[in-house]
Amino acid sequence: MQTLPTDEVRQIMWRYAERYDLQMLVQSTRSVARGVVARLVADGERNTHEWTAAKDEMLKAYDEAGVTAMMSKPQYGGYLDGPKNFVMALAAFELAWVDAGAATCCLAAGLALEPIIERGTPEQVEEYLTRSVPPQPGEDRKIARGAFCLTEPLPYVGVDTGIMCGKVRVANWEDGQEPMLQVDKRGRFITNMDYASFVVAAVESDDDRIKGTCMVILEEDDEGVYDRGAVTHKLVHQLSSTRDPIFHMTVPASRIVGGYTIVDGVIVPNHNHGKVLEAVFARTRVPVGVMTAAKLLSAVEPIIRYQRGRFRGGEGAPGTPRYDLGLQMKEDVLHRLVDVWATGEAATSLGLAAARHFDEFEELDKTRDELYAAAGARSVREVLKLRKQTEKLALEYLELLAEPEEERDQERLAELKSNRLVEYMVGESLSNILSPATKLWNTGQGANMMREAVSLMGGYGITEDCPGFLPQKWMDSQLEATYEGPESVQRRQLIVTMTSELFLTQFQGWITELRRLASDRPGTGACALGSAMELWLWTYRHLQEAKDADGKPLYRDKRQGATFPMADALAWLLACRCQVLDCLELEKKGAENPVLADALPGYVQFFTDLCHVQTAHAAGEVGRICADLVYGYNRHPSWEPTCEACAQAGEIDCLEGLIPGISVGTRLTSDVVESDGSHANKAGPCPRFAGIEGFISRRNKLDGCLTGSRLAKDRAGNVLAQVMIPEALDYPS
Amino acid sequence: MTTGFHIVVCGSLVPDPLQTLQPMMGASGTPELKSEMMLPSVLDPWAGHALYEAANLAKNTPGSKVWLVSVGPKARLQQLMMTLAQKVPFELVALDGSASGFIDAGSVANVMSDAIEGLTDLDRSRLLLFGGCASASRDAGATMQMVGERLSIQDQFLSVDQLTAQADGSLKILERIEGGQYLESVCEGPPVMVGWATGTLPEPKNNPQVGMMNMRTIMPALQKAQPAAVSADGVVFANVEVPQQRRDTRIVKDVSADEIARELVEWIKS
Repeated sequence: MQTLPTDEVRQIMWRYAERYDLQMLVQSTRSVARGVVARLVADGERNTHEWTAAKDEMLKAYDEAGVTAMMSKPQYGGYLDGPKNFVMALAAFELAWVDAGAATCCLAAGLALEPIIERGTPEQVEEYLTRSVPPQPGEDRKIARGAFCLTEPLPYVGVDTGIMCGKVRVANWEDGQEPMLQVDKRGRFITNMDYASFVVAAVESDDDRIKGTCMVILEEDDEGVYDRGAVTHKLVHQLSSTRDPIFHMTVPASRIVGGYTIVDGVIVPNHNHGKVLEAVFARTRVPVGVMTAAKLLSAVEPIIRYQRGRFRGGEGAPGTPRYDLGLQMKEDVLHRLVDVWATGEAATSLGLAAARHFDEFEELDKTRDELYAAAGARSVREVLKLRKQTEKLALEYLELLAEPEEERDQERLAELKSNRLVEYMVGESLSNILSPATKLWNTGQGANMMREAVSLMGGYGITEDCPGFLPQKWMDSQLEATYEGPESVQRRQLIVTMTSELFLTQFQGWITELRRLASDRPGTGACALGSAMELWLWTYRHLQEAKDADGKPLYRDKRQGATFPMADALAWLLACRCQVLDCLELEKKGAENPVLADALPGYVQFFTDLCHVQTAHAAGEVGRICADLVYGYNRHPSWEPTCEACAQAGEIDCLEGLIPGISVGTRLTSDVVESDGSHANKAGPCPRFAGIEGFISRRNKLDGCLTGSRLAKDRAGNVLAQVMIPEALDYPS
Repeated sequence: MTTGFHIVVCGSLVPDPLQTLQPMMGASGTPELKSEMMLPSVLDPWAGHALYEAANLAKNTPGSKVWLVSVGPKARLQQLMMTLAQKVPFELVALDGSASGFIDAGSVANVMSDAIEGLTDLDRSRLLLFGGCASASRDAGATMQMVGERLSIQDQFLSVDQLTAQADGSLKILERIEGGQYLESVCEGPPVMVGWATGTLPEPKNNPQVGMMNMRTIMPALQKAQPAAVSADGVVFANVEVPQQRRDTRIVKDVSADEIARELVEWIKS
């Protein structure tokens, strides 16, 4: 690889080489990020929590570059048609490359619109999407900017989602007139609040005439108090506005997101707040994960530049290794940077794969209720029954898919494939995994690796003028791990959703797929990844049945010590798989691009090596986690006189006459308690592992699968020492 | 003028100046830049000024139309268009060939003039032929003159910073001359060839709506781009190297005009 990966390479890997509209969005967003946003950071605008005139310029730049309008459809003044998940992820990637606070401003505006887009009435969708795009020539209006106000328990957290601080009551309801609602809500840590002209807030009924919960739209010009509240003194993301607002407002009932129905004199919201949130958070967590991934990849170039220049200025002249390579003469810095890069690749691959999945799944997801209704299921019970029946069909479909093509019952496969509910449930099972896994792993492991990236800059890394804003990015990543549900929330969701047999069947299919890939492309680490997946799957099945030393079951909701690590391990595996698939996509499609013709083999080899490095890292993590769980809940035997695992010295010494050498041999190979009660200096007799031979063999195999991974790291490191980098970073430091 | 101008802008891509540009002798004996095909590229800055001036003139002169004629590897041109197309409206005429700086300017002028002559809806009597006064890659400073000659355009202006269409249809043109002075000329009107210096306009802001509109014609134009026979036949390169002075150049992006002016004054005084 002679140059850093270009746009052509990324467009192929991340599957938007044919999407010219997205390529334009990337370029325009990049120009804002590396222009206005970078200048703000370099000028120290992060040193204040207040929203300043300079920060406001960033919003104007978004408007002018088309970033603001990306959420709107063309009929509402936007320019991008279709689902917006991948769009948002790419925009977040480009902005977070420079500053994640800037990306958050952009995403938070989308977050405010999402409830309306997902569950709003047609009138609400038209109203807010139209107002959220910049004014067209000849129009004289202020652009509507939104904020999303929740500060409530989230789905899957397991806490009582009904407890909310936001209340809604009937303020006034005259016969034949639309009811007016009194909304009282205090928000906390609400993004965009400095300039939001409307807020989408979650509230709960405090009135017999309103049923349940809902989300409601508040406008700054509505009657009452629209107090933007105190500024949040964040340590990070200072280019986004965060405040703790207070609302006491009267709004018409038509502001209930999704509308309402009057039933026996009671206002019944068409969608409760949980249903709205479910639709929103299923998707919006993904771009947050992509933000952290972008930081890691953005760190590569500044680090290489630093490493090469580190030893200049002293002895050495141009052309000497010391001058040309600087710190890159040392293997350690190269290997550590390879780790940072590999993690960034895996995280980006996972995040963008999730975003693409949501784009593909969106239409089906939105017609879910219609599909249920068409199948005759209207009540909750009927829906559950229908889902159970459909799950069987979906499993059959997946099993047929896993069979060799020539052996499949094609007629049956086609029949099942045409079943939209089957398709929906298969897609849903993936959505339920990909979103929390992206958020969990990208931000959590991403933050760890950002620390590594900063450490590679030495003392420079903890200075304000560190190029690439790495220290700020390191700190910012911690907030990304918190946004939209901290890590425990994501783990909580994963341990519920990864039990789906539909997911596990697909997971099994991926193992087969990786074995086949490994056969064609042995250097990618696909084989080791398949082995790691097998180990994870064995451990998961084991934990379902296993009990601890006290006889208590392990895989239970409250035993987060047993379940959460499995969620972490799964996320490692998913990220690696997406990375391998992206690498193969580059190899396959890159050959069709004439620009890449000569350079393609170098890129493919480098990304293949990164896959191998990352797979080894993931395999190590998965092996460690699984071994810890499989062994860790058994009680270690102790040196008790009655211990059945021990041989008694008297007994074996007696046998010495019959079997010469047994006395010494036993002492060498097993645990012996001497006649005076003494024993070897260790915690106790070595435990025995009856019943987990399957685990042992898989673990051994996995360790062996790491063969060659360090050679791959050496190769990748050598590339880093030779790759061309630009004369200067393309944004200020 | 009621019928408007037909403005043809000649310009292509050059390696991003922030990249490390390392000349080397290629396998065919022609020089090239190391990893040239993989280096990110931008629109030639001088051609960029020409295009933005053209778009501004077209916008203010109803009935006008802008073409951009580019010789370059079409896959690279496609990437360039992702940013360029969002700035101003134009119709692309793409010619698939090398954009290397080591190609003979005459052969480039030949294929460009042929392409312009092939524009069926071009009214030569209304033609303003725009381009950079020089090129950041094909820096002979002669390409535009040759294109103009081949199109029989006798009124040629180089290093232009301002062009004003006057009420009587004539064009007032300011050309740079030595000493920070301008040569003011007035010609009757098109056809005319204008080699732009920096012009007077800033780079237009992105407008994705314009981009979406442009891409409807740009993508088909790229798909049917014909191979352009540009070469350096007959040219012998004895040696190629990066100017040594460039190694001392400080590259800083987004410095304010005031700051640049201050540094220049300090340098002059020193």
